[in-house]
Amino acid sequence: MFSAGQRNLVVVGNGMVGQRFVELLAEGDPDRAWQVTVIGEEPRPAYDRVALSSFFDGSTAEDLNLVPDGFYDDASYALLVNEEVVSVERAERQVITSAGRVLPYDALVLATGSYPFVPPVPGSELPNCFVYRTIDDLEGIRAAVAAARSRNRGRSAGMVVGGGLLGLEAAHALRLLGISPHVVEMAPRLMPLQVDEGGGQLLRSLIQALDVTVHLGTSTAQIVTDGERLLATLTNGTELDLDVVVFSAGIRPRDQLARNCGLAVGGRGGITVDEGCRTSDEHIYAIGECALVDGRIWGLVGPGYTMASVVADRLLGGGTTFTGADMSTKLKLMGVDVASFGDAMASAEGALEVAVSNPVAGSYAKLVVDDQAQTVLGGVLVGDASKYSTLRTLVGRDLPGDPVALIANVEDTGNRLVLADDAQVCSCANVSKGAICSAITEQGLTEVGEVKANTKAGTGCGSCVSLLKSLLAESGVAISKALCEHFAMSRAELFDIVRVMQLRSFSEIVSGYGTGRGCDICKPVIASILASLNTGHILDGEQAALQDTNDRYLANIQKDGSYSVVPRIAGGEITPQGLIAIGQIAEDYGLYTKITGGQRIDLLGARVEQLPEIWRRLVDAGFESGHAYGKALRTVKSCVGSSWCRYGVQDSVTLAIDLELRYRGLRSPHKIKAGVSGCARECAEAQSKDVGVIATENGWNLYVGGNGGFRPRHANLLLIDVDRESLIRTIDRFLMFYVRTADRLQRTASWVESLGGGVDGIAYLRSVIVEDSLGICADLDEAMAAHVANYADEWRGVLEDPDRLSRFVSFINAPGTPDPTISFRAERGQIRPVGPVPLTVSSKAGSSQAGSALEVIG
Amino acid sequence: MGLATDQPQPTMEPSPLPQTYWHVVCELAELTPEHGVTALVRGIQIAVFRLYDDRVFAVGNIDPFSGAAVLSRGIVGTRGSAATVTSPLHKQVFDLVTGHCLDHPQVSVPRYDVRLVNGKVEIGFP
Ligand code: SRM
Ligand SMILES: Cc1cc2nc3c(=O)[nH]c(=O)nc-3n(C[C@H](O)[C@H](O)[C@H](O)COP(=O)(O)OP(=O)(O)OC[C@H]3O[C@@H](n4cnc5c(N)ncnc54)[C@H](O)[C@@H]3O)c2cc1C
Ligand code: SF4
Ligand code: FES
Repeated sequence: MFSAGQRNLVVVGNGMVGQRFVELLAEGDPDRAWQVTVIGEEPRPAYDRVALSSFFDGSTAEDLNLVPDGFYDDASYALLVNEEVVSVERAERQVITSAGRVLPYDALVLATGSYPFVPPVPGSELPNCFVYRTIDDLEGIRAAVAAARSRNRGRSAGMVVGGGLLGLEAAHALRLLGISPHVVEMAPRLMPLQVDEGGGQLLRSLIQALDVTVHLGTSTAQIVTDGERLLATLTNGTELDLDVVVFSAGIRPRDQLARNCGLAVGGRGGITVDEGCRTSDEHIYAIGECALVDGRIWGLVGPGYTMASVVADRLLGGGTTFTGADMSTKLKLMGVDVASFGDAMASAEGALEVAVSNPVAGSYAKLVVDDQAQTVLGGVLVGDASKYSTLRTLVGRDLPGDPVALIANVEDTGNRLVLADDAQVCSCANVSKGAICSAITEQGLTEVGEVKANTKAGTGCGSCVSLLKSLLAESGVAISKALCEHFAMSRAELFDIVRVMQLRSFSEIVSGYGTGRGCDICKPVIASILASLNTGHILDGEQAALQDTNDRYLANIQKDGSYSVVPRIAGGEITPQGLIAIGQIAEDYGLYTKITGGQRIDLLGARVEQLPEIWRRLVDAGFESGHAYGKALRTVKSCVGSSWCRYGVQDSVTLAIDLELRYRGLRSPHKIKAGVSGCARECAEAQSKDVGVIATENGWNLYVGGNGGFRPRHANLLLIDVDRESLIRTIDRFLMFYVRTADRLQRTASWVESLGGGVDGIAYLRSVIVEDSLGICADLDEAMAAHVANYADEWRGVLEDPDRLSRFVSFINAPGTPDPTISFRAERGQIRPVGPVPLTVSSKAGSSQAGSALEVIG
Repeated sequence: MGLATDQPQPTMEPSPLPQTYWHVVCELAELTPEHGVTALVRGIQIAVFRLYDDRVFAVGNIDPFSGAAVLSRGIVGTRGSAATVTSPLHKQVFDLVTGHCLDHPQVSVPRYDVRLVNGKVEIGFP
């Protein structure tokens, strides 16, 4: 579809850089001055090549896809895949494709990437010899390995030619496929381009310990077939019996198209471009790994993205230039951290090296500084790269202290370094500390996901994410103990005030101890505090207006404004009649049903005015609220335990049900999850729960402070072999102490870590709730007893009270009318929401929303 | 809205018509302070809020960030001196008086005039 005045842009290559380029252009060109056609030779749209190896680690081609949904539905953007550009006719300003298509252009962007270099080894073209660049290559390797395994009795073997970054990654991939890899490297050490001699030695020993055979200082003389296998001979005489060979000996820019049409190319390949990424023809640009900028090929995706933004800007009339990029790398190879940054090889005149090697811990760290020992030039980390993201940002800056202290394993060093505003934090997306900090303050970002969505930092290799977290903390996000602008105290202090002063309404609390009329932060906190103190139904009086929308409608809001319904299924145990009742209700109301990760059933797609009717049916069938909407006890997961399982030593189901019924409805700073396993096999995953119980021959072991979610943490063992009574008493105290003293939205995991000044939280916890060092246990016990005695099903409470019920309408002036913006389509025999469509096109606003949506999944 | 200076607007409806239609949506007594409700007026969803001091405000109910009709279900409060509602989906804050989003100044929701007549809440529709 061409509209008047549109100019034609043709992009050759739909790889990582080509795709990023068209996205940047689309963002900067809302009026669609350019009509864009992208031609990609691979059979699929752009995918994340950096994460290619995860293809062998459970990811599918779809998971790696980089093209945003619907991107090429735009009338001004077209993508042709499985089609190659075979020639560029510069005089006619058109390209010809393998399908015989002729595409005229006003501007042409070459983003053809590079191809793997295969050394001229006799036999390199035999079947079962591969390169490592595309999903197709990986599919080929996978098929060859599968074939080899089906005929081999013993272990299969593979050879990787090249011991650089990609070679080790390929070796890792072979290992994931269950093959023993040999790595053959011509240089005297692994990763010769990134790691120095000292780091290389440690790397070799760490990698060899992982069943990888390393052959250094030698190369492949020939490969011949040997029956169905391959036989490789190395120049040092070694012979290897192999099933597959993977060449990973470097990359070469794909500059053939450019050569054929007479564009300038570099002596060792690469399309020569100026600092605006323009080739010797003013209508043609080259970006990514095919481009030779500043006399070099930049073989990483970060610099390629920078080139993409330069050309997008140029095509829209700007004058941005490419001024070099950070070539630091960090990767985890088979669990071994390797990182290098800046001038890692100390190639600068007079550069000094400070190295700390710790063979016992298996770590090596080197810092390169200038001849005055003043400026940081670069460094190498092997075995432990936790300081990478911080050290990298120091390159080119003054050494902030003793260089040994910087790289030695001193706790905390990382966080105390002060970064300058223009320090580059994310090299993949080229984002500075200043840009991140202003996004944090201006947009009020509070979570890493939001920072990612807003700034694109952290969206590439992910290695800067830990730094994003500390910047959030530094920006004061978590540091002030003030709850919000309305309350200067912490949640724990507010809890005590409310409890001790026996305050019962928001108005009393805010007029006595706060300012203004509250907000979405303090109101739910106060609602939760009041609920923990047993102050009646959460929808009564002023309390109703304090509740977050989920508590306010006793259901979980979904993206289209509909709600989900989750009845309690204590311990995951449910009768056939119960299942039938739920199924019948779901069918009658056309709800989407799904088994949750918490061993119960979610019914989704209910409108506000349907909630009471659905719940009336559920309550009649014997169900009660599952508090999936509340910061409260969620589920106590169980395994089948000793009543059925041949290994079970205690009745885990009964205990799980009893615990769930005891703590149901307990409002808390964040949600609480528990699990009970019938033996040490741990089928209920209790150690990933806030409260985990595992049966022993003699009783129960109690674990606390576990967490799944964003930052998984294993629970700590608190009690061993206790009886049921002491177990429950200790859990009572643990939960009540947590309810009273944790911060808003602080799970037990980070609360336990913070106790006792953050030194040994679990010891402190044990002293308080087992040894009663603070003398508060009687009080905690009493509070829990009151909770248990006062429990009443919240949903029954709504159904029995016309006043509470009257809040469940879509429209106050048309109570029976359903919300017309909620609609569904069918998918796999159930409903699925259509829309809703955001009304704003502002990229920042839109993406912050996408960011927070990402945060809350599952 | 100054009636005297406004030019008559072309309209599809039978004339003569006033500049603003006032629609009764409910009794003030039906509104709980700081607890929004939704009204449906001529197919348009409007979020209506009674504040703690009994002032009543009305803004569009559709959250522009998600497209879902949910603003009436957000938490009402204050930011500085502004009376606000927070979207229940992704927590952007809107000024109830102006309809502007305080977190993203380029985004806003429509605002509507409100008056109280004999204890009834009426919304003005242009
Ligand atoms: C429905 C369910 C997914 C599913 O289909 O299986 C689910 C759905 C939601 N989860 Fe979850 N989580 C569900 C099990 C889990 C689990 C698994 C588990 O409980 O064993 C986890 C990891 C375990 C853990 O919590 O430690 C989990 C970790 C999270 C997190 C991350 C918490 C963290 O500490 O990092 C969030 C975000 C949050 O709560 O702030 C979250 C938040 C959410 C919310 C409430 C997000 C939201 O506000 O809309 C989702 C909506 C629920 C709804 O019904 O509309 N969900 N969520 C699961 C409900 C279980 C249940 O029956 O109650
Ligand atoms: C296994 C692996 C791991 C990596 N890990 C990292 C890492 O950790 N960090 C990092 O920064 N980088 C890493 N890289 C490098 C990174 O993937 C590249 O820098 C990046 O993909 C370059 O993007 P590009 O668009 O220039 O090239 P490509 O992504 O290769 O895209 C070029 C595309 O153009 C197509 N094409 C070529 N010629 C034509 C033609 N004539 N017509 C049509 N289409 C054509 C190709 O088929 C290809 O799809 C890794 C690479 C690999 C293979
Ligand atoms: S945890 Fe033990 S008792 Fe429970 S199901 Fe697994 S093996 Fe059986
Ligand atoms: S440095 Fe790679 S994502 Fe930030």
